[in-house]
Amino acid sequence: MTSIKTSYNRRAFLKSSAAAGGGMLIGISWLASCESAQVEEALTMPEEWFDFNPYLKIGDNGVVTIYSPNPEFGQNVKTAMPMIVAEELDVDWKNVIVEQAAYNAELYGMQFTGGSRGIMSKWDALRMAGATAKHMLKEAAAKNWEVPISEINTENGVLYHKKSKQSISYGALASAAAGMAVPEEVELKEVKDFKIIGTSRKNVEGLNIVTGKPLFALDYHQEGMLIAMIEHAPSFGLKLKSVDAADAKAMPGIKDVFTIKTYEDDYEKGGFDANAFGELVVVVGNSTWEVMNAKKALNIEWEPFKAYSETINGWRGKSVVNVPAGLESTASHNNKMDALAAKKGKIVRKDGDPESMFKNAAKIIERHYSAPYLAHNCMEPVNVFADVRDGKVRLAGPLQAPGFIEPAIAASTGISVENIDIEMTRMGGGFGRRAYSHYMVEAALISQKAKAPIKLMYSREDDMTNGIYRPTYRASYKAALDENNNLTALHIKAGGIPESPLFADRFPAGAIDHYMAEEWSIESNITTGAFRAPRSNFMAGAEQSFLDELAEAMGKDPIDFRLELLQKAKEQPVGERNDYDPERYAGVLELVREKSNWSEQKENVHRGVSAYFCHNSYAAHVLELSMEDGEPVVQNVCCAVDCGIVVNPDAAKNMAEGGIIDGIGNALYGELTFKDGAPEQNNFHQYRMIRMNEAPKSIDVHFVKNEIKPTGLGEPPFPPIFGAIANAMYKATNTRQYHQPFLGKDKVLG
Amino acid sequence: MASFDIKINGNKKTVEVDGATPLLWVLRDHLKLVGTKYGCGMAQCGACTIHVDGKAVRSCVYPISQLKDQKITTIEGLSDDGSHPVQKAWLEKDVPQCGYCQAGQIMSAAALLDANPKPTDDEIDAAMSGNICRCGTYVRIKDAVKTASKM
Ligand code: FES
Ligand code: FES
Repeated sequence: MTSIKTSYNRRAFLKSSAAAGGGMLIGISWLASCESAQVEEALTMPEEWFDFNPYLKIGDNGVVTIYSPNPEFGQNVKTAMPMIVAEELDVDWKNVIVEQAAYNAELYGMQFTGGSRGIMSKWDALRMAGATAKHMLKEAAAKNWEVPISEINTENGVLYHKKSKQSISYGALASAAAGMAVPEEVELKEVKDFKIIGTSRKNVEGLNIVTGKPLFALDYHQEGMLIAMIEHAPSFGLKLKSVDAADAKAMPGIKDVFTIKTYEDDYEKGGFDANAFGELVVVVGNSTWEVMNAKKALNIEWEPFKAYSETINGWRGKSVVNVPAGLESTASHNNKMDALAAKKGKIVRKDGDPESMFKNAAKIIERHYSAPYLAHNCMEPVNVFADVRDGKVRLAGPLQAPGFIEPAIAASTGISVENIDIEMTRMGGGFGRRAYSHYMVEAALISQKAKAPIKLMYSREDDMTNGIYRPTYRASYKAALDENNNLTALHIKAGGIPESPLFADRFPAGAIDHYMAEEWSIESNITTGAFRAPRSNFMAGAEQSFLDELAEAMGKDPIDFRLELLQKAKEQPVGERNDYDPERYAGVLELVREKSNWSEQKENVHRGVSAYFCHNSYAAHVLELSMEDGEPVVQNVCCAVDCGIVVNPDAAKNMAEGGIIDGIGNALYGELTFKDGAPEQNNFHQYRMIRMNEAPKSIDVHFVKNEIKPTGLGEPPFPPIFGAIANAMYKATNTRQYHQPFLGKDKVLG
Repeated sequence: MASFDIKINGNKKTVEVDGATPLLWVLRDHLKLVGTKYGCGMAQCGACTIHVDGKAVRSCVYPISQLKDQKITTIEGLSDDGSHPVQKAWLEKDVPQCGYCQAGQIMSAAALLDANPKPTDDEIDAAMSGNICRCGTYVRIKDAVKTASKM
């Protein structure tokens, strides 16, 4: 067993146990539907609950409630996180009820879902929560039986003292144990002793989802609640000039029309306070349909804004961002990017002497890659319930990190954080979009102004045209080969609007003696932010397509070629800042090679391989296409992932499958274009999403087995699939794919 | 405003709304049946799929005034306890990720299996390709449809 000091969050633990006698410390979700009915139905509720710490309470009948600290957007942390607590507590999963924890940074630290960091960031805390409670139960049993604590064992919610043949259930001892002192140190299980972690458990919300229970903020209703919708500027670069609301106000069911300004002029934005349109026209009414209609009757004038700069107080400190004036278009973006891509960029890394290697090269291969803006298109459009009355703020909404937006809510409403209550509802997708939750502030301001509980809802059009988009990117890869066709130097130049996608220290950096990475960027007034695997979601496709082309030019098998580079990175690494582990990287390639029967050639099967490291995990894919009636059809994707210990294997597979399908969709179709500052796609008739008939026929997911602490999973399988589909399409059609979307709006695959 | 009597999930309800109001909003705002979801409002995503006399329709573009005497079934009416074969298959295959699209997916699948109890892969594709899932659960959905077809 491993002992760990219970230092992390200890203060919160102490507070919790001190309050155990004095009533519930942990806030209970008031969106009552958030409980796991699936488990509850089968269980008898206890007469009394005993709080052990912010993560769990035990009932007098042995039923355990575990609070899942982080918000859920489909990656299934609401099942996986409690599994970790239950494992260390050593209880039967059947006796566990799961609830979404309230937002409480003091108790839970950062409650953030994103960056594939959920399980990774809470792994220790969750294990400790279970182990601490188990220790307190043992302590109580030892006292009861007057035996040393070291002689007490636990199994499935029962404490045993073998020598004296005594046993007692957790439930029977919960009252005494909850009063025990919180231990200074607890023991954690060995990985080999895990009984819950590593076994597949069904989604705790499964039954609620398939029976259509109200789980989402959009489903929330409260007596007297009004519906609010917004109208924002139709183009980036415009701001509000004037509103004539007379017609809209006269429409049936309409209560009010007013404007709000999300942030005050002197408010210093944090890194996640990004919002596209600062001033909004709001329509408030009785029902969604009436408000939607009234929105169309608004007469609003917009005007261009002047260029300005703002200070953003982000994670890496303060920085000044310039926001240019003007109405930008995809055509002008492309011209600007072409111009900058042709110039020297800022050199971020240089190893050896790439210049002379290129000068003396027998052959140079240079390729250019591009990708457009992408909209997140979570299936649940932006929406929030807000009730801001009597100096209190109550919000329930889909958001990835309540801690990011709370200061802004306080600043804009003038209500202090102690009086702000944020409920994290299940999200109908997140993908990075809901890390930027300006809409929470908007809803709070609307409720405050309307003096009523409201539900703010964006229409799909509002959602798609008021985005925090994936930036548009370019990358050029250039390789020098000597007369023996050996790779001697690599040069990467990447840029984008408004940021560069470059990761200078990622593979193949470290595997090539002469290497240079440059970057550039262009300012813009179009808002952008994190989108599933930021930057990697473009670089992986470009890099892995280029390596494929390079391997072909060198006459090598694409997997062998990558493995050779990785071996070099392992044995004679170049530079010191390489941010990947070549052995784990090679591990997923070897696993995918084995599982996909790579060496076997099959008729009318065209395969593409791709691998990538991001968010602390490694993923490799082999994608198989076949031609049917002259069109490529994705048959199978074989996927290998190394994300350390896998908590809930079947759910983890689901996540990898989703990443693969979502990635293929974005690679083939995803595209948001602009004309005169306005997005040219505003709903799914114009923005093409992958559909069932275009998805792979099958997907096999394999995990590398090891005992490494869990690392990311929501993002890592996503970026490399862009390369796998590009490389397979080349095999099938003999045409390389350099520019996303590979198929666009109208072409078909399958 | 007009008054409409509708037959829904085995019950009779009366609602006072404008005749142009799509069923989606009648369900969600007026009847508080929020299992049916809004995704696009223009028959592009399938999140709002319900059954009208057993056929899958997009409730976001179905004005209440068009309704005559048909029976409406929503996800809540399919079964409240998850006992409908499609719901059971969905649970067995642990299909959902975020879950937002799934009520629509399930309603499309249930209508398909009603009309065609043993659909081929192509028939499943044809019936289900109107339902978008951004989370990418299509492989599992197809698997679950096949599982349900055997129940
Ligand atoms: S909301 Fe009806 S099809 Fe999308
Ligand atoms: S499960 Fe999230 S959109 Fe389908």
